[in-house]
Amino acid sequence: MIGFLAYYPYAVAGAIVLLGLVGIAISRDLVHAVVCLSVCQSGTYVFLLAVGYQYGGIAPIFGSTVHRGTPVVDPVVQALSLTDIVVSAAITSMLLALVIQIAKRRGTVDPDELRSLEG
Amino acid sequence: MPSADTAGQLLPLLVIIPVLAAAVLVGVGQRLPGRLVGAGTMMVAVVVGGGGTAALIITGRRRIVSWLGDWRPGGSGTGVGIALQADQLSIGLALLAATLMIIALGFSWHYFRAPGSHFHALMLFFLAGMTGFALAGDIFTMFVFFEMMGVAAYALTGLKVEDPSAVQGAINFGIVNSVAAYLSLIGIGMVYAHTGELNLAELSRSLAGDHSTFVVIAFVLLSTGFLVKAAVVPFHFWLDDAHAVAPTPVCVLFSGVMVELGLYGVLRVYRIGFAATSVAAGIDRVLLVLGAATAVLAAVMCLLQRHLKRLLAYSTIAHMGMFLVALSVGDPESLAGIALFVLGHAAVKGALFLCAGILLDRFGSVDEFTLWGAGQRLRGWDGVGVRSIFLLAALGLAGLPPFAAGLGKSLAETAMTEAGAAWGPPFMIIISALTGGAVLRVWLRVAVGAGRKPEGIEAEGMSGDEELMEVDVGEDIPNRMIISAGALVVIGCALGLVPSIAARATVAADRFLDADGYVAAVLHGRIGYPPVAGPVPSGWDLHGVLLSCLTVAAACAVAALAVLRHRLPGGLRPPEVVRRPVRLLRRVHSGRVGDYVVWLLIGVGVTAAILAPA
Repeated sequence: MIGFLAYYPYAVAGAIVLLGLVGIAISRDLVHAVVCLSVCQSGTYVFLLAVGYQYGGIAPIFGSTVHRGTPVVDPVVQALSLTDIVVSAAITSMLLALVIQIAKRRGTVDPDELRSLEG
Repeated sequence: MPSADTAGQLLPLLVIIPVLAAAVLVGVGQRLPGRLVGAGTMMVAVVVGGGGTAALIITGRRRIVSWLGDWRPGGSGTGVGIALQADQLSIGLALLAATLMIIALGFSWHYFRAPGSHFHALMLFFLAGMTGFALAGDIFTMFVFFEMMGVAAYALTGLKVEDPSAVQGAINFGIVNSVAAYLSLIGIGMVYAHTGELNLAELSRSLAGDHSTFVVIAFVLLSTGFLVKAAVVPFHFWLDDAHAVAPTPVCVLFSGVMVELGLYGVLRVYRIGFAATSVAAGIDRVLLVLGAATAVLAAVMCLLQRHLKRLLAYSTIAHMGMFLVALSVGDPESLAGIALFVLGHAAVKGALFLCAGILLDRFGSVDEFTLWGAGQRLRGWDGVGVRSIFLLAALGLAGLPPFAAGLGKSLAETAMTEAGAAWGPPFMIIISALTGGAVLRVWLRVAVGAGRKPEGIEAEGMSGDEELMEVDVGEDIPNRMIISAGALVVIGCALGLVPSIAARATVAADRFLDADGYVAAVLHGRIGYPPVAGPVPSGWDLHGVLLSCLTVAAACAVAALAVLRHRLPGGLRPPEVVRRPVRLLRRVHSGRVGDYVVWLLIGVGVTAAILAPA
């Protein structure tokens, strides 16, 4: 049972990433595509947190109750996830702003109707 | 002790100064006069360039290592810290970015009146991202700076917000690059889960001798982001869309240094972190297969374009293919050749993009057919200047001696021949001739008005007439535009003439590839270089000059054939058998971001399949 549980979070993370990718691939709406990108990135948070998880570990906030010997989950991956969230916020907000511009100019956000970039 | 190393404090400053300046511009730039914003931005770029030059001089003698805040792993290998490391190649790339930034800013002085200070702030963020990426010493910091330069690049691509195709290009660029970056992040997480380390020097130690498949998969995922940035087939689709719509001075930076940084990322991670793993067995194969596919496909697509900026973008992709193929032999000589090739390519390709910008500014179009003979309408010295800069840059791109691009290509060819790849020189010559020929064809049509005025043919070709004018600068071409383009051509030519530059590049490449030296410098503070052994190439020799001249002649022949095609007898025109795959190729480049993501996943699979131990 423990063996299965050890791999379960990674399966969840992989599934979220793949769902996001499939969503972008079949997207008929740019807002939907950008949100799928965020879904895809949420998979990376789950993955990173799973990497750093310790059974019985507590939050790595060192103070009066938590000291050097206390088992804690890995703070490094949590720092990575935080950085990742900041990056994600920047990218999602910028892409959504660009989609708003397209909607304003063209009146549509369907990639099939926006095929001005055909090479 | 390295903590007493004052030079080490220089590295973070090269990133912090442009970030702080950009933050100031975002905050109060709207209230400052345009002149002050332009001058301030230029000054910051010059300061970064000056710092980069100083660092380059220092790295001629020893590495520069900087642990931020002096947080570093302890002797037992526990603890974390963020390291920056500079050797000649990494600081050279940062300096290249700063130099191109100075020239792009000079070209675009007063270029964007409307968006206020956003352009300048974004350019500085972009510069900081590229510098940080080149210097970063651990894989997560590489990811952060990768995303930082990415976000700035997406915003710069979509800068002309009133142009829907520019915004769409930015969205495609943003989504494809972000997906790739997340795959990279998963790769980083896998490496961390496996070793508990992120620093390249520590990875070099802990991954040594590790031959598990897990490490190979982690490497493939980790490289995906860099390969997408490097526009390697089939990860390349975003590049031509982004280049076609981005403002011209931004294209100079994209083509000249950002794309090459992707390749640098792969090399850095592989050469330092993964050199002693099972990745080493297959990486040369990956570079060779992906590089050959990239070069051939992009050279064909390059010939098919009539949108000048899109054509130049495909030429850049073809050059990336050549870089990859030459690097697949994996010795310092080929890396030295490619380093020079990158410098020379950045100079002449930048000059070509700036010429395209001047044409766009004059005639409101970058379409080869619409612009037929337009170059002759540029009167006086301005016209002579633009026509000759365009011609020289096109010939330089094809490899004309003494341009640095030609010298780099010639060194890479010699290295490939010596490594037993006798097909190397012909391959490089054919690809160079095809892409150089496509650019020369544009010159013949636009500047000379050669051949027949093309009318209505190839309706499926992408026209460049929808491009919005970037700015209205008045009657004459401003001198700063011509001077910026001319400066790039002069730099490209002068670099090829620097005495013993080939030998210096080989020494720098040797030091870049020296993983033991890197580890000793970062972890133990032994920052000196070991003495260089072995013979070093001497630069231009008769053989190289002859091959380069042959390439240029072949490029001229390709251009002449393309322009005079209608005069050929019917039997020599492309038959239906050729046209069908060409139409298919065009349809594959659909402009739909969903398709691009599918291609990206296919690319990851293919890379893993080639890399996996047989």
